[in-house]
Amino acid sequence: MAIRKGRGFACINYPIGMNLGGDPSQALVHSTPDGKFKVTLSSIDLGQGIKSVGRQIAAETLGIPIEDVYVDTADSDTGPHDMGSFASRGTHRMGNAIIRAASEARAQLLESAAEELEVDARDLTTDGKGNIHVRGAPSRSITVEETAQAAQFKQGRTLAGRGIFLGPLSDVDADTGEMTPVSCFAHAAIVIDLQVDDETGEVEVTQINSAYEVGRALNPKLVEQQLVGGAWMGVSHALYETTEPYYPDRSHRPLDYNTYLMPGPGQIAPHHISILERPAPDAPFGGKGPGEMAANPVIPAIANAIYNAVGVRCDSLPITPEKILRGIRANGGAVSREER
Amino acid sequence: MTVEFRKDIFANERNDDFDQIGHARIRQDIEGHVRGRSPFYDDHQFEGLLHVRCVRSPHHHARIRAINASAAEAMPDVVRLIWPGDIPKNMNTLLSLIDFGRDDEPLLAERKVSYVGEPVLAIVATSVLAAQKAVESVVVDWEVLPHVLDVEEALKPNAPVVNDEYPNNCFDYHDRYDHQKLRFGDVKEAFSQADHIVEAEYQMSPIEQAPVETCGAIAAPETNGRIVCYTSTQALFFSIGVTGKLLELPSSRLHFIGGTVGGGFGGKVDSQHEPFAVLGAMLTGRPVKYMWDRAEEMQYGAPRSGERWRIRDGAMRDGRIIARSFTGFFDAGAYTRLTSYGVQKCTGHLPGPYTIPNVASNIFCVYTNRTPSTAMRGFGITGVDFAIECQMDRVAEAVGMDPIELRILNAYRDGDMKAHRRPAKNCALIECCQVAAQKSEWRLSPAAISRSSIEGGGEGWRAEIPETVVDGEGGIGNRKRQWQDTEPLSGTGIRRRVPVGTSTDHPATGNAPQHEDMVAEVARLGFKIDAGHSVQRPSLSEPSEGLRHRHANAETSFGRALGAGPSLPSGYDRTRPPASPGPARSSPPANEPIPAHSRHERDKSEKPFQRGVKRPGVSPFISGTRRR
Repeated sequence: MAIRKGRGFACINYPIGMNLGGDPSQALVHSTPDGKFKVTLSSIDLGQGIKSVGRQIAAETLGIPIEDVYVDTADSDTGPHDMGSFASRGTHRMGNAIIRAASEARAQLLESAAEELEVDARDLTTDGKGNIHVRGAPSRSITVEETAQAAQFKQGRTLAGRGIFLGPLSDVDADTGEMTPVSCFAHAAIVIDLQVDDETGEVEVTQINSAYEVGRALNPKLVEQQLVGGAWMGVSHALYETTEPYYPDRSHRPLDYNTYLMPGPGQIAPHHISILERPAPDAPFGGKGPGEMAANPVIPAIANAIYNAVGVRCDSLPITPEKILRGIRANGGAVSREER
Repeated sequence: MTVEFRKDIFANERNDDFDQIGHARIRQDIEGHVRGRSPFYDDHQFEGLLHVRCVRSPHHHARIRAINASAAEAMPDVVRLIWPGDIPKNMNTLLSLIDFGRDDEPLLAERKVSYVGEPVLAIVATSVLAAQKAVESVVVDWEVLPHVLDVEEALKPNAPVVNDEYPNNCFDYHDRYDHQKLRFGDVKEAFSQADHIVEAEYQMSPIEQAPVETCGAIAAPETNGRIVCYTSTQALFFSIGVTGKLLELPSSRLHFIGGTVGGGFGGKVDSQHEPFAVLGAMLTGRPVKYMWDRAEEMQYGAPRSGERWRIRDGAMRDGRIIARSFTGFFDAGAYTRLTSYGVQKCTGHLPGPYTIPNVASNIFCVYTNRTPSTAMRGFGITGVDFAIECQMDRVAEAVGMDPIELRILNAYRDGDMKAHRRPAKNCALIECCQVAAQKSEWRLSPAAISRSSIEGGGEGWRAEIPETVVDGEGGIGNRKRQWQDTEPLSGTGIRRRVPVGTSTDHPATGNAPQHEDMVAEVARLGFKIDAGHSVQRPSLSEPSEGLRHRHANAETSFGRALGAGPSLPSGYDRTRPPASPGPARSSPPANEPIPAHSRHERDKSEKPFQRGVKRPGVSPFISGTRRR
């Protein structure tokens, strides 16, 4: 009886957004009289960070500091329509809608500033610090705050924008499956190192090395959070979780976290992540949603690593100690495969 | 734990000079979360709040003969019972919002139940405990029916009917078939030519989304006949739509507030709580909360579906996979929810991120007597990716090849034709494989290290849609009359051959902005577009002769199938070949700011929706004319 080491690999891609389109998102942007901007949405922030990413996208597009932008979301009396936060669609669909809304507000901001500076709006730009100035002549400038005050109280103008992003609805062919699904794909590859106790069937994931391609990491810390948490969920899905342990049998149904198992803090493996960025043409600043795909490669990589460790193919999830031990017994003993 | 950014890879496609994007800005909501001040739905307090609990089926499948709730009605803390007849339109399917599928699920079952836990009566009481006690006092006279729990058993001719709307125990696709097909090339012929055939079966059991905050909603009467509803929904307007439909209320009477949610992972799309809370508030005139406890969340909240997969691969000695066939079963449980859509999403994903010249799949959305399943993180993809990636290791072993090398050899690259008949673009699988191998000191051959997603794709057969064998197998109801194999092309029926080249380059991309001011300057979006770049982005350049040829065919063979695209303004010619890539596209260099005045001058002389393309400096990715 021994602890046997194994190493496994898997790679995947993941479609971003509601697969067949037809899922609009809208955004509204407007300025307060002192040049702060509100972004009004109906997005849901489940912890993934759409409020924060939306705020960054709006600030970048407007060309103003992030402190001067606030995202207000999910009151149906004020926020315009959004399909929802699912299918890795939030950043892609809503991000594009915010870019459009913020672009329109920016155009008005520059028009109002132009009137104050008595120049052509087309010659103006922002410095990202709260100032608007003539291109190539930073001294001819006005603050965003002064511009907003002038627009509101002197010029009688709104500094506001609206945006909608809608991928066209695709049909699916009945005979061939021909379709125009989502427009961009995130990618991932993972190497799992683990060890299997061939006496108890217990698996310990000892290290994860991964490469995730996310288009562009709009907020690197949020991406990191998604990838680390997602990989943990992959480990959990592969080795622990199910509502029906003997599926399709309905017996032994867990009703709480004592019987619905997940790895605890002591079972979090060191995870070394490399992030690649190949901007997607139709995504906001090229960014794809990293959230959903993060768990997917972990699951098969663990199954492949267990085969490498003890020679048992685990083709049914979750891979419980029971299944591993039954596999070892059926093979007449554990057989380590080639070292990788 | 380490995180590194490989900015060197694809560096020639990005500009990284942003003020906000790409920087680790602190979350807008983090202080509230850390200090416990963020308002989640359950943080909203109301005086005289009532609570809902449901009487649920203890049986997998049973007819309801009678319900005796007189003891509950007599309890002083019970304010109201909600019967199926109190629900104005007690039949819905979630995807009716996008007109997909038929209404098949009641909010409260009236005649029969189809899974353990299906609600038949809701009780509104002054406390959770009182509601619970009232539920326990209700006596239901059940006539237990035979049930079916296994997806393949459910498809057999004598299986009990789970869902009366779909009496064959599977979703009807296209009003024709009992499954969704994918057909690309001729898998049968390719299997006969393969050196190795690798077959295996995979299974994923249901899992729970397990959010820390359980699903729920609190509704209260507002003024003017409106109802406010604080909700844990993942999709605010989805929940308004479902509630409005079941209760026959216009959205103007519904004021939904959410947005800060304690984890969802797909389990908070189904909108099971809002209708009960809103109806309860309307019937009692008081605030009503319906919140699942952990046990309800675990067992009656819709889980990720179970899936069963059989994959057959045909591989050559050198590791090339020349054919791949899938037979898949999604376990929808008793009602459709979103599973029918997950099947189509999955179909578009096959055969995984690999370029395989012959692919076929049959995927079934099957009804069984278990809790309906729904979306969960990786919906439609996670299960089959598990199967595909275990299968790739089996193929690697069969041909005696390193598993990463096998994947790099078969990986999809820019310009390759995918099995759903659209060209691949923006690929990065190979680079991920290389980086992961490098990090873990997994040795690869020089050939594998030198490959790229950008090079070698779309050459020769890789860009072609092959001649394809199609069949009429699996017509709706046929399997019920006489058992048929579920594998693609397994029957003996009549086959047709769809000739080479019947598709269009029809990239999915967004609607055109309504106004020119909504278009961001391309230089501020971080894409680097230089002259040489169009080679890497096939969709930007002149289509190849092959593609152009297919484009011409499109209107006749597949025109109708593709007709669901966006409605285009008059004067917009969908079939017109793309404008040739002139200097307007390749210059000015993306790093430099665009002189804005040139843009305005040009605009005036051009028709709407043509502005985007020719205007220098405007993103070709998001303007109207790119949408061809």
